[in-house]
Amino acid sequence: MSLAHAAPPFTDTWQKIAVAVGGTGLLILFVAGFGALPGKQSLFLGLALLLMTVGTAGYAWRAYLTTSAGIKNNGAFFSSLTNRGLSGWMAGIVLTGFYVLLYFYPNYLGLGRDGAMNTGLIALFDPLSQMLKGQPASEWFVYGTLYTLAILIFGVKFILKYRHNRYQVVRTFSVMFFQLGFAFLLPEILLRLNYPYNDFKNMWPLNYYFFHDWNINQMLDSGAVGMFMLVFGVVLIFIISPALTYFYGKRWYCSWVCGCGGLAETAGDPFRHLSDKSLKAWRIERWLVHGVLVFVVIMTIGVLYSYFSAEGGNLLLSRTFLVWFVTGLLAAGGAWVLFDKKRFHNIDPRAKWLSLGIGVLIIVLMLSSHYGGGSSEQVFFLNTGNLRSWYGFLIGAIFSGVIGVGFYPLLGNRVWCRFGCPMAAILGLQQRFFSRFRITTNGGQCISCGNCSTYCEMGIDVRWYAQRGQNIVRASCVGCGICAAVCPRGVLRLENGSIDINDRTSELRTLQVTEKG
Amino acid sequence: MHIVILGNGVAGATAARFIRKLSDHDITMISAETDHFFSRTALMYIYMGHMRYQETKPYEDWFWDKNRINLKRSYVERVHFDAKTLHLQTGEEVAYDKLLLAVGSKPNKFGWPGQDLEGVGGLYSFQDLQYMEAYSEGLERAVIVGGGLIGIEMAEMFHSRHIPVTFLVRENSFWDMVLPPEESEMVNRQIRQNGIDLRLNTELQEIVDDGNGRVCAVITKDGERVECGYVGLTPGVHPNIAFLKDTDLETEKGILTDEYLRSNLADVYAAGDCAQLRNPPAGRRPIEAVWYVGRMMGETVAYNMCDQPVAYQPGIWFNSAKFFDLEYQVYGTVLADPPDEHTSLFWEHPEGNRSVRLVYHRDTGVILGFNLMGVRYRHEVCERWIKQEASVETVLQNLKLANFDPELFREYEAEILQQYQQQTGTSLSIKKERSWKEVFSFLHR
Ligand SMILES: Cc1cc2nc3c(=O)[nH]c(=O)nc-3n(C[C@H](O)[C@H](O)[C@H](O)COP(=O)(O)OP(=O)(O)OC[C@H]3O[C@@H](n4cnc5c(N)ncnc54)[C@H](O)[C@@H]3O)c2cc1C
Ligand code: SF4
Ligand code: SF4
Repeated sequence: MSLAHAAPPFTDTWQKIAVAVGGTGLLILFVAGFGALPGKQSLFLGLALLLMTVGTAGYAWRAYLTTSAGIKNNGAFFSSLTNRGLSGWMAGIVLTGFYVLLYFYPNYLGLGRDGAMNTGLIALFDPLSQMLKGQPASEWFVYGTLYTLAILIFGVKFILKYRHNRYQVVRTFSVMFFQLGFAFLLPEILLRLNYPYNDFKNMWPLNYYFFHDWNINQMLDSGAVGMFMLVFGVVLIFIISPALTYFYGKRWYCSWVCGCGGLAETAGDPFRHLSDKSLKAWRIERWLVHGVLVFVVIMTIGVLYSYFSAEGGNLLLSRTFLVWFVTGLLAAGGAWVLFDKKRFHNIDPRAKWLSLGIGVLIIVLMLSSHYGGGSSEQVFFLNTGNLRSWYGFLIGAIFSGVIGVGFYPLLGNRVWCRFGCPMAAILGLQQRFFSRFRITTNGGQCISCGNCSTYCEMGIDVRWYAQRGQNIVRASCVGCGICAAVCPRGVLRLENGSIDINDRTSELRTLQVTEKG
Repeated sequence: MHIVILGNGVAGATAARFIRKLSDHDITMISAETDHFFSRTALMYIYMGHMRYQETKPYEDWFWDKNRINLKRSYVERVHFDAKTLHLQTGEEVAYDKLLLAVGSKPNKFGWPGQDLEGVGGLYSFQDLQYMEAYSEGLERAVIVGGGLIGIEMAEMFHSRHIPVTFLVRENSFWDMVLPPEESEMVNRQIRQNGIDLRLNTELQEIVDDGNGRVCAVITKDGERVECGYVGLTPGVHPNIAFLKDTDLETEKGILTDEYLRSNLADVYAAGDCAQLRNPPAGRRPIEAVWYVGRMMGETVAYNMCDQPVAYQPGIWFNSAKFFDLEYQVYGTVLADPPDEHTSLFWEHPEGNRSVRLVYHRDTGVILGFNLMGVRYRHEVCERWIKQEASVETVLQNLKLANFDPELFREYEAEILQQYQQQTGTSLSIKKERSWKEVFSFLHR
């Protein structure tokens, strides 16, 4: 059943001008890509970035500041760009194409190989790169710059759109800050000072190469600063992150700090309603995202295994230590799931036995290959070199980049975060079982309208819970708070509390008749 | 046993779900409107492009099949209560052992000249929305008649498509039979800020025919003529029981039921908008056409139909709405025209887009109700204070427990308390900070 003649959202003359201005900026990049720009590159680069910034800001100004502050989703399902129309598909194809070039054919973007000078698009960014780190630009520098710019300018747009909502405003400043400071400037400055490139907030397993030999060696070779990077990275994984996730849920990372989340929340915001809310999609999500988690764990163990010396030397860096350390961790986790009945009382038994089974399998394969005399490149009887390149290709490039961002206009803005990110998977498991975070529902006020589910970028059917008055505790919830913002009846609130931590979802507030048994 | 539910709105759908939970009876749910249960409250969002029809369905389509709830799309012309059958428009007869009438409402029409012209419509059903949509393209002005919740939604809908709106409201101020004057004025401002041509104190005289059976203008009681291509009639709703008249079923405005939601006929029940309680609980009206009443009655009637008698107990009155960007919530008794023994503390933000009103008993200080604009309060906390007959001073000192605004939002409870102190010369202090732990302890004490 559909309604005919839905009017498109409105753009006024100023907005059309703004689109033209921003478009010109983009065009300069395109033209540069074909190597057709004469003369001073820095001038063109500055102009392109400026025009794109001004265009987006101007558009947002007309779109939001000319009306009262409030929820502005008018026409989201009418616009061709945001409803998988022609523009949406075109945007998807262009983005996907850009990622394919970036990851696999950077020479077409103008990357100079083997000491050759950069040309085209990448050459355009040389002046900026020289200024920041005293080296010519790489494809990753171009990407990082554009990525950061996108978070900044669309962040401004987002802030204008949600200016009535302090949670949204503060959160967006946070992702803008972490992107600009931690992901973009700090690493370049480190390079300039001859330290290894390091994005401090980019944690394993999202940063899947953290434990790769070259990365560890680089840090070990860089004196106190490098040591700090290594120690901080490990502390982040084992102490800081669990603590913050315990207190606030995974949102502290996914929608306040993370760069992938940052882009999704800002540039991706117009596409959040495109996420699939069906039960089927949820099922696929759980297989995929936990599958990637298992993959990254196995890959990392393998990489560390080949890195550590066979025997002797430092006990803490021996393979035997590694396999028993991992065994201990997995066994402790398994025992916890088995014996802490209070905490895991509402876990699906199939999920429980499956994950325990996978844990046992990992342990068995690891120990038997270790003691069965596997070669140095093999743990789990697999070649770790291959494992690692496959992970980099499939997950690092295809999933998180090409599909993750390229498909924004088709599958919504959190495709990667929802279906692929192993970081989200770990934090999600913790959020589900060991966190104070939940979304509380407000008594009987829900009118089942569906705004919350529609605008949940993670495809959570929030209404399913809200209309029964049940709190929402879902592994995938990134705590963006948009469901609470769009709810027209004030039903949802993101909250933290330890008092009922194991029973966060027990109460069904809209039940009228208490079950008499 | 075959249970037939007539109507697939929130009352019917909720009843079906609970009957399935409680029993193994055959269930058939019949409606003429749509194949599946959808959220009527979200009609406006479809028009505004926030959602499509499929997003408004609270359950995926497989849900009904999986729960063995048969769906039938057809109009029921007559019910033969003696023979226990329904007569469908297709000529088919459907037999039932027990029948739930959850037939909802119809928009009111007050016999205005021209009310049946082309381009005149209400907003209740999905078909009404399609009708409105059909007239929207190229529409240069819409006139809306009736200053209630659906009228203002309709104004927002047209506004979202940049279609100019003239809004005729009979009362002195928007919804002033429900909202106290200050809140009502706040909504007036909100309507005008959005560029709606709000005409208070204005009644419709007639709707003018363009000569081809289509509307071209309206004329108000003051004789003013407003040219328009569409007229939205939204002066409230009434139970949809016309097709049940002249049967043994006892009706008044709605279908009369006892507190078990039984009608006067054996095995026939009613729930939702169409039910009229013979003896409503204290503080509640016989007919309440709101979403959650349909949900609560649907659950209650399911128990009763499954021979587990439970009385309908809706608890303390509450409701909510949104007027353009202004959210509204109410808990308990807040009257537009309160009796002498009710008094209230009213706090309004200087920007005029937020307010909190605590209504309490003038002599005893017992809290009676909460009226909130642009601020969210927690249902269970407010309800508990009202049930406990807490004093307004206790409430004020603990008011942060009720605050349900998102994190990092400014909290105004200290200002509200201060205003109370200034007005009464008392000296009180905030006792509890806003936190889930405190709320939980309070609710589970
Ligand atoms: C635009 C709009 C906005 C609203 N917003 C709010 C809100 O924000 N908050 C709130 O609390 N309430 C709101 N309401 C009111 C709320 O939607 C109703 O109270 C609620 O939907 C009533 O549910 P029901 O199940 O009783 O009836 P309905 O939802 O009306 O369901 C009855 C169904 O039965 C079908 N039917 C009736 N007779 C027959 C027949 N003879 N044969 C076949 N089928 C038949 C009808 O077609 C209809 O589908 C709103 C209503 C409207 C119209
Ligand atoms: S449930 Fe709400 S807070 Fe969580 S991801 Fe979805 S929209 Fe964001
Ligand atoms: S929680 Fe709010 S947005 Fe979600 S269905 Fe209920 S009323 Fe609508």
